[in-house]
Amino acid sequence: MRRYFQVAWAVLWKDLRIELRTKDIFTSMAVFAVLSLMIFNFAFELRIPDKTVVIPGVLWVAIIFSGVLGLGRAFISEKDRGSMAGLLLAPVDRSAIYLGKMLASLLFILVMEAFLLPLMVIFFNTNFISLPLLLVLFLGTLGFAAVGTVFSGLAVNTRTREVLLPVLLFPVMLPVLMAGIRATIGFMEGDTLVDMMKWINLLLFFDIMYLVVAYMTFDFVVEE
Amino acid sequence: MAEPLIEVLGLRKAFGRHRVLKGIDLSVEAGASVVLFGPNGAGKTTFLRILATLSRPTSGTVRVAGVDIKNNPEGIRQYLGLVTHAPLLYGDLSAQENLAFYARLYGIENAEKRIQELLDRVGLLHRRRDLVRTFSRGMVQRMAIARALLHNPPILLLDEPDTGLDPQAAEMMTDFLREIGGSQRTVLMTTHHLERGLDLADRVMILQGGRIVFDEPSDSLSYETLRPTYDEYVGKGAAVT
Repeated sequence: MRRYFQVAWAVLWKDLRIELRTKDIFTSMAVFAVLSLMIFNFAFELRIPDKTVVIPGVLWVAIIFSGVLGLGRAFISEKDRGSMAGLLLAPVDRSAIYLGKMLASLLFILVMEAFLLPLMVIFFNTNFISLPLLLVLFLGTLGFAAVGTVFSGLAVNTRTREVLLPVLLFPVMLPVLMAGIRATIGFMEGDTLVDMMKWINLLLFFDIMYLVVAYMTFDFVVEE
Repeated sequence: MAEPLIEVLGLRKAFGRHRVLKGIDLSVEAGASVVLFGPNGAGKTTFLRILATLSRPTSGTVRVAGVDIKNNPEGIRQYLGLVTHAPLLYGDLSAQENLAFYARLYGIENAEKRIQELLDRVGLLHRRRDLVRTFSRGMVQRMAIARALLHNPPILLLDEPDTGLDPQAAEMMTDFLREIGGSQRTVLMTTHHLERGLDLADRVMILQGGRIVFDEPSDSLSYETLRPTYDEYVGKGAAVT
């Protein structure tokens, strides 16, 4: 079991090291998130009197769309540089590779969110950030990274990989997206954590389900 | 008679309706150096990828050290080192960082010492802190061999390791492979270069159309006898001299 987590940590360390040097993933996600915010801001500014109505939707759409860019790179970058086989040759259950990749993607998206949230506060001139909201964002992002990393591994062997990833991912992500948006609306309207437990439980349920399914299927997903 | 280290029985592989391997039977003793020639599309890479547990056979059996690769792929991978024309390295990591990463994947004890030793052996110790993307093709391929040897595997699979190398770098690679081969390690290599392959082999095979059509010990062959044999099975101009 120690070896399993050593391999997952090695993959996470390697991805972080490369990202700190190149900043490829963070730059593309952050630029896309800012552009999404600007477009939403200008699109809604003249029509919506209460901006808090649109903030949950804008927040989650910006996270999901820019997050897909990061998730896509998880395995596409390995394939492009021809290093995918090197990972798969590791003498360990391949779900350890998945775990390392998933944690790296999760971290990249969380960093992007840390950059996005203050920007949204400035753009919409409303401080909607709270601890329960951060919990919901974390759980939603975990589910997103869990299922997105598997689909990234699946899409990498196809010719239409950039298109295939969102096409596969978005329908599967709907329950997490719905629960995330509902909980965000609730917290912005002043609901307590107890009031929102049904949505948080739903997020937890899908997070666990996605992680278990990914653990069981990843080996088949990446093998020819 | 000793049990073969690699044993392949009735191996078939198809991608959809396209059959790449059409029934391969092969037995390789420990310490043998087997070179597999064949034109593009003959199935050489697919064959090595199946041995390396990167691809699943459609049917047939592959045993490494007596263990079916379907039953214990993780265990089999510990026995294998793979060098392909893609180096399986990260250009944005240094030589040392690349090997340290792979050492963690393979759970190698005293990795630092082993990395220094291998970098010294491939002549790249002085460049250990440089990013791999600053290396020449020949240096990258030497790094790829160091990566494949990191966990000291008893079996080395080489898939056209000389692709893209200039003649001088290819010659250096051949010398290095000769040095690391020998009686301790089993080497299975594919190449288009008949003369270089023959130089390294103690057994020569030709793969054509997904089948092994020729299998002879190399001591009964010279380039002059192998060239017409290859042309006969594969067609003229299919291999690099």
